[in-house]
Amino acid sequence: MRTRRQGLRLLSIVLSAALLLAGCATPRGTGTVPKVAAADQSTQLRWLDRVTWGANTNSAAQLAKDGLPVWLRDQLHPTAARLPAAAQAQIDAMVISQTPVEQLVIALDAQRKAADALPEEDQKKAARQAYQQQLQRLLRESQQRFLIRALYSPNQLQTQMTWFWMNHFNVNARKDNIRALVGDYEEKGIRPHALGRFRDLLGATLRHPAMLRYLDNTQNAAGRINENYARELMELHTLGVGGGYSQGDVQELARVLTGAGIASSNPDAPPPNVRPALRGDYVRQGLFEFNPNRHDYGPKTLFGQPMTQRGLAEADEALDRLARAPATARFVSAKLAVYFVADMPLPALVDRMSATFQRSDGDIAAVLTTMFESPEFAASLGGKFRDPVHYAIGSVRLAYDDHIATDLDPLIGWIARMGEPLYGHETPDGYALTQDAWASAGQMTTRFEIARAIGTGGAVLFRTEDKALMEKSSSPSFPPLAESSAVRARIPSFGAGTRDALAQAKTPQEWNTFLLSSPENMHR
Amino acid sequence: MQRRDLLKLLAAAPVAGAVSGIGAQVVAAPAAGGAKLLVVFLRGAYDATNLLVPVDSDFYYASRPTIAVPRPGQPNGALALETGWGLHPALAASVMPLFQNKQAAFIPFAGTDDLSRSHFETQDSIELGQALDRSRDYRSGFLNRLAGVLGAGPLTDVSPIAFTDQMPISLRGDARAANMALASVGRNGIDARQSAVIEAMYRNTALAQPVSEGFSVRDEVQRAVRAEMDAASRNAMTPKGFDLVARRMALLMRERFDLGFVDVGGWDTHVGQGAGTGYLANRLEELGRGVAGFADAMGDDAWRETAVVVISEFGRTFRENGNKGTDHGHGTVYWVLGGGLSAQAGGRVVGEQVEVAQKNLFQNRDYPVLNEYRAVFGGLFARMYGLSPAQLDRVFPGVAPKDLALI
Repeated sequence: MRTRRQGLRLLSIVLSAALLLAGCATPRGTGTVPKVAAADQSTQLRWLDRVTWGANTNSAAQLAKDGLPVWLRDQLHPTAARLPAAAQAQIDAMVISQTPVEQLVIALDAQRKAADALPEEDQKKAARQAYQQQLQRLLRESQQRFLIRALYSPNQLQTQMTWFWMNHFNVNARKDNIRALVGDYEEKGIRPHALGRFRDLLGATLRHPAMLRYLDNTQNAAGRINENYARELMELHTLGVGGGYSQGDVQELARVLTGAGIASSNPDAPPPNVRPALRGDYVRQGLFEFNPNRHDYGPKTLFGQPMTQRGLAEADEALDRLARAPATARFVSAKLAVYFVADMPLPALVDRMSATFQRSDGDIAAVLTTMFESPEFAASLGGKFRDPVHYAIGSVRLAYDDHIATDLDPLIGWIARMGEPLYGHETPDGYALTQDAWASAGQMTTRFEIARAIGTGGAVLFRTEDKALMEKSSSPSFPPLAESSAVRARIPSFGAGTRDALAQAKTPQEWNTFLLSSPENMHR
Repeated sequence: MQRRDLLKLLAAAPVAGAVSGIGAQVVAAPAAGGAKLLVVFLRGAYDATNLLVPVDSDFYYASRPTIAVPRPGQPNGALALETGWGLHPALAASVMPLFQNKQAAFIPFAGTDDLSRSHFETQDSIELGQALDRSRDYRSGFLNRLAGVLGAGPLTDVSPIAFTDQMPISLRGDARAANMALASVGRNGIDARQSAVIEAMYRNTALAQPVSEGFSVRDEVQRAVRAEMDAASRNAMTPKGFDLVARRMALLMRERFDLGFVDVGGWDTHVGQGAGTGYLANRLEELGRGVAGFADAMGDDAWRETAVVVISEFGRTFRENGNKGTDHGHGTVYWVLGGGLSAQAGGRVVGEQVEVAQKNLFQNRDYPVLNEYRAVFGGLFARMYGLSPAQLDRVFPGVAPKDLALI
């Protein structure tokens, strides 16, 4: 790892000529400066709409200051995020920030067992309700934290990629106690690797209780095989449907994965009684446990090659094969291109991205660099239909900029109302990333309602804990969108239909509603 | 066994012509112009065994010591339908009168051959209606394919709608379809002038169609809501929950749409589901009231040309579990309702059947599937719309339709 980073540094020195050409290198940044250009402010805003959760005055100023190449380099190779203090304080105050997930789960399991043991039906019902409410609170905090980062973090691409990978390695919070796990899954499993190595993402998801529970690997044991995770690991996480694996491979991978599960939540429980020959294979890391007693130690063959490792190392051997398979490079590259470029990306672009994926051993930032530098990317700006998460977050970013919201529940609700609740997709395939899944008649009318809610009554985002509206002097009851330089710079490029509509607005609130309802704001 | 043979005979009688496609067209062609179909999907796998109660089966009562619906005549007992079967008493005031008027039928042992017993997996596979052994095309739901086939012939102005927030998989595909949830109408903040401005803003864009369709559906829903409020001001009871949604659906389908889809959740009764009363009874009561309200709001003329089919992803375990509930099973019971059900089907329990006994359980736990849903729908579509075998094959590739002579 160290040598690689040194190598990258060396490369960045070699490429310092490019930096000088760009003329605005910042000393703290690392990584290659991508070869990209944005000729004017309108084009810069389009880049922001695609690379971030949505352009606004604040991000436009940062990009203008750095210049697109260096700004993009810093997005691809982020340093620790510096959130505005008011935003960071909200995250710091959360239970999920203050309590390790192991403790949360232990306490919740105890709470559930105590509830189940109550003799009276009414008591039992009330205690179970309290348990559910606690789970709900943890889910809500995870959603709020995600939105705070999406709205205000300078590391916008990292936050976008965190959503992308959470969707790629989807878990449904509504299953079991995953509401208590999903925040940690994102924080420890996904986010640190969102722009790192694909192989690290695979390893982290395999070791996270949220994934093991969601895809039932906790049920997968020698002699009682559950194929659920093995199948999705190949079909959805790596190779893709038609990626060249057989039903036999699914069965073999399921055997490889036996024993990977969740440790007992009783902190006093002794480790399982493993016979001496296998005791060294036992692994416990936080809530993750590899239990040799449940593992199938028989010989296995995956993709025609015998497995050579044993225990948990065998699972890592399988992940190595999956991560390096050309089908995986292609499948993941194509999905990234659908997310960032077009519903039907050109095969030539996907080819180049997969080549980078294979050459760099799954370096996600490198694959994204290939994509950002492509003429296909530049040509596609403004052409992707926003899914609900992008629509809602992008609209709030544009409307309120760096004015820190104090109540994110309305935003959580808007996203859910449009059908894309955070951590709420039931099936392992994640939400669709294409226009045909979202641009329905019902969706459009709902969006116009939400445009109106943000454009005329966005003050709900600035309520305090007791839901009382804040002083009007400190937060306007509707956003001054017409004053936003990020909006004004875009208006000349709007279609005639949109400019006609804006001209018909009778009040500033209505002007906001039309702007946020416009076809331009439906796209990124 | 005798009963089963008799039913087969009954089912077989009108099939003779339908096999060649001619008979079905003769029967259904006049109806095709106004034929309307509503599919109600009970998501979560409702406990069909307590809906259509096998009242003569001692095995049923032995298997469900705390959650069986009592025999007819007992307190909270089932309502006698025909030999061997009773209806859950929660439906006494809603579906039972329809059944007695020969406007309702039940198809037990119905479902899919999907054996995953996963809600999502099976819901998807049912909505897709594709062959189970091939990779899925998530852009092609069976109701959308039906709309495509109908639009090319029998119903040139076919107008499908899902009464849901998102377009369900069953209606996704190439054919144009609208969607609009009906439960929370009324907090409409975009007024008529603003709507016109926004619609004009999209006129020359690729989204013009869904935008104008959305406003138009919204306006129709508003009209329906106003009609409700007028009724309410005349002291009529104000419907709530699914009943409210169902009556709104009826107004929209009567006027404008001919192919509808709606889903109703809350059926995954692993714990404390109750028997003649309780949780499941309350859910069934609400559902039944909605279905009857839909029939009522359609009005006699439209109802005569309408078929409502109530489906679910699978049934539940025949035996109750340790928590006074039931777990994921296999075969379920479909409902078919309409003002124009055939004499053979209306007020009957139809389709292929077996005796409810332990020896006939699938994997010694569930109802078997004897009436595969695509075959049943195929048979219904042939009668409703006069579709040819080639047309049916485009809706459900490779599936031979099963004519239960429902219409």
